[in-house]
Amino acid sequence: MIFGFPLLSVAIWLPIIFGMLVLATGNDRNASLARVIALVGSILGFLVTIPLYLGFDKMTSAMQFVELRDWITHFNIHYHLGVDGISVLFVILNSFFTPLVVIAGWKVVEKRVAQYLAAFLIMSGLINGVFASLDAVLFYVFWEAMLIPMFIIIGVWGGSNRVYAAIKFFLYTFLGSVLMLIALLYLYIQSGGSFAILDYHQMSIPMTAQILVFIAFFMAFAVKVPMFPVHTWLPDAHVEAPTGGSVILAAIMLKVGAYGFIRFSMPIVPDASHYLAGMMIALSLIAVVYIGLVALAQTDMKKLVAYSSISHMGFVTLGFFIFNAYGMEGALLQMISHGFISGALFLCIGVLYDRMHTRNIADYGGVANKMPVFAAFFVLFAMANVGLPGTSGFVGEFMVIMGAVKVNFWYAFAAASILIFGAAYTLWMVKRVIFGAVANQNVAQLTDITMREKLIFIILALTVLIMGLYPLPFTEIMHTSVNDLLVHIARSKL
Amino acid sequence: MSYLSTLSSAYAEIFLLVMASSILIVDLFVTNPGKTLTYVLVQLTLLSCALITVMTHEPIVVHLFNNMFVDDLMSDVLKLFSYLAISMVLVYSRSYLMLRGLFTGEFMVLTLFALLGMMVMISATHFLTLYIGLELLSLSLYAMVALQRDSATATEAAMKYFILGALASGLLLYGMSMLYGATGTLEVAAISDAIMHGVDNKALLVFGLVFVVAGLAFKIGAVPFHMWVPDVYHGAPTAITMLIGSAPKLAAFAFIMRILVDGLQPLVMHWSGMLAILAVLSMAVGNITAIAQTNLKRMLAYSTIAHMGFLLLGVLSGGIDGYSSAMFYVVIYVLMSLGGFGMIMLLSREGFEADKLDDFKGLNQRSPWLAFMMLILMFSMAGVPPTAGFYAKLSVLQAVVGAGHIPLAVMAVMFSLIGAFYYLRIVKLMYFDAPESHVPIAIQPDSGLLISINGLAVLALGIMPGTLITVCAVAVQKSLMLH
Repeated sequence: MIFGFPLLSVAIWLPIIFGMLVLATGNDRNASLARVIALVGSILGFLVTIPLYLGFDKMTSAMQFVELRDWITHFNIHYHLGVDGISVLFVILNSFFTPLVVIAGWKVVEKRVAQYLAAFLIMSGLINGVFASLDAVLFYVFWEAMLIPMFIIIGVWGGSNRVYAAIKFFLYTFLGSVLMLIALLYLYIQSGGSFAILDYHQMSIPMTAQILVFIAFFMAFAVKVPMFPVHTWLPDAHVEAPTGGSVILAAIMLKVGAYGFIRFSMPIVPDASHYLAGMMIALSLIAVVYIGLVALAQTDMKKLVAYSSISHMGFVTLGFFIFNAYGMEGALLQMISHGFISGALFLCIGVLYDRMHTRNIADYGGVANKMPVFAAFFVLFAMANVGLPGTSGFVGEFMVIMGAVKVNFWYAFAAASILIFGAAYTLWMVKRVIFGAVANQNVAQLTDITMREKLIFIILALTVLIMGLYPLPFTEIMHTSVNDLLVHIARSKL
Repeated sequence: MSYLSTLSSAYAEIFLLVMASSILIVDLFVTNPGKTLTYVLVQLTLLSCALITVMTHEPIVVHLFNNMFVDDLMSDVLKLFSYLAISMVLVYSRSYLMLRGLFTGEFMVLTLFALLGMMVMISATHFLTLYIGLELLSLSLYAMVALQRDSATATEAAMKYFILGALASGLLLYGMSMLYGATGTLEVAAISDAIMHGVDNKALLVFGLVFVVAGLAFKIGAVPFHMWVPDVYHGAPTAITMLIGSAPKLAAFAFIMRILVDGLQPLVMHWSGMLAILAVLSMAVGNITAIAQTNLKRMLAYSTIAHMGFLLLGVLSGGIDGYSSAMFYVVIYVLMSLGGFGMIMLLSREGFEADKLDDFKGLNQRSPWLAFMMLILMFSMAGVPPTAGFYAKLSVLQAVVGAGHIPLAVMAVMFSLIGAFYYLRIVKLMYFDAPESHVPIAIQPDSGLLISINGLAVLALGIMPGTLITVCAVAVQKSLMLH
């Protein structure tokens, strides 16, 4: 807390309050007012997270900006917030994306504008809550509550098969979460009545229980990440969601699952994590290789990027479960970088979709002739997705591969295949969509991106490049927390 | 001390009886079709009852009428919620019943008598008073289900309800008589003592227990004794369905507490197993069958069955945690079910029942506010935070895990997951589909305000559930004789 100012609470509740305000503007007659309020709210929401970075003490792995109040005294549940060097980055990343999504939907969404924007603002606050919670029930409340706006976003503003995708998304993630709830209740009972996550970190748990708890957490987090074989909801949700929904899904929501592994699974049940690391690594590598191949076969751009996300998230979980500093930091960088890149790619596809109303790769060709500025951005983000040195995509992947080499050459070998498959499916898509001769009449009528769209892409392109060329601001803030986490995980809790 | 002043703990019941009888007579002279005077009198009676209950509250447990009746914190809290629920039922159903010509003095008086039955059940500590309360409640409800005389479905529902209800009462009485035979007393506390000191005929005792549990299961509609629930919920006028589906559950909870926990606690190892079977079956059948329903009232009926299964989980977990979680669950459940049925009545109009799922299509476009309220109610029933329903499930699951029944907890959440589907379907219909009808929704100011309060209360209790949880825990702690 700086000067007693509850920054984290503001980061959570400010977007939610603005979301309520937007909702109060009512029907589409006041759409422009709703847009302005939403923009102001989202920008303010981002600005309040900047002091979190500036005021952050990089020397300690302890929780900072801590807020602790009684909430449900009978169950010893607290309103307990705080961030360490890992979670602070995601709070900022999430708040950074909200204004972009609001701007991206500025002209595009025309029906029930207020509800659309309100859903995003409320979700932004809830996701901040997930990253900042230090109480298990508080975490769970935010974790589940963020499903509701996403469910509505996919179902109301989504594509033709949106209802199926929305219900599949909700039930799939709900399945994972309820098992986690049982695990949390078990920990509550075992710890003698505490819901504090940090207490769980210190608690010793017998091996059988550790494995069961790990599996319960795995169900919750693996579905969210998503890991093979519970990834099947993601392509559906991505394809059907409106652009903004896809961006938040890919950039933020997937990170929530990975964050769960490092906040819950690994520190709470380290022995089970080591014991089951083989399985986790195997699943991660399957995701990298197999899903990479699946991406190669896609004819729908959004589906292709969706599969690419799963493949890249496989890298993240691989980085976690090789238990060394390179892997862990690389994975975290990869999470952030993938947030920027996949968000940008979905925005690019959104730009094309708004003009052509199709996502089929076959419907495009030679877009560069008509939209040169757009094509430049698209190629940049595609290159970042491939992991070209100098872009943010490179740093994380390189570090994870380095970490993997230390553990087992073949892990690294399999993981490195992402560089080939990733290049194959991304560049092939770029070739078919952007380059070549103008494919058809519709493409010939395309107009280049507007100022509004340019603004979003410039911001994202700069972030991708800065992070690729100078990742220190990102690594130095997480360094102490990551090291302490690794030391903690290495200790047995039997 | 005069005899009258020792009665103070039962003043609320006595006052209600006097008022119900007086209103019956006053109503003869109220001729306007809205029955305004009767309605106002009934609401004032409920308010006065609440005041009396609060004012006659004693910090200690008071036994009356030779241990037939008890006044403790749990009974006071449950009674207050019952008044609130009944009052809400009347507000919700007023214009609905008026349009159908059913908003009569009989309806209101029968409601009051049903409430009196519930209050007796809540405070009873003797098999006789328990049974009298139950029958007073049931008979009033049978009559009310048949209130719509010219409706074939309502009459059929009333017949079913009556016959099966009578059967259940028979089972219960039979079980009680066996317990009497085994222990030689009808007093709940004395039965418990007698069992603890050893009973010669153990078989008789267990047989009695089986019959009592079966009777209870019938009354709350737990599987496999649930057949009457969907038909009665569907057939009865929605206002009556709402009445059946709300306040009586509070009384049923008290009933279970008094018989199983106060009276038969020494047999807990026997009855907790039975409740586990009932609970799992109820959650399974309730949640799975609800998916196949196209009528919202039937769907809510099956959802009630599933919720009762969850309630039983809390009871069988035992201890302060278990019982208080069950109490919290039932209070939250009543609040949600009032909102759910209230919404059906709100969307209904003359000659039209909005009780089919398709009637909710595109509600978000017709009335965003009502759709939002229904969204909160549905997510709450599904147990998704930040709504009250989540904490209800959380506290029950906490008790279940605390009692070491982790497989039961896993089953419970799996069935909740299945249940989430049909609640989500309502949200899907409201938000994702286009409306089928564009008839403007005429909302009465009173019921419109109430549904808003109701929905927002579910949300507010989802953000700040602490007080109510503590109230339930303290009430249980101070009231039950836990050995």
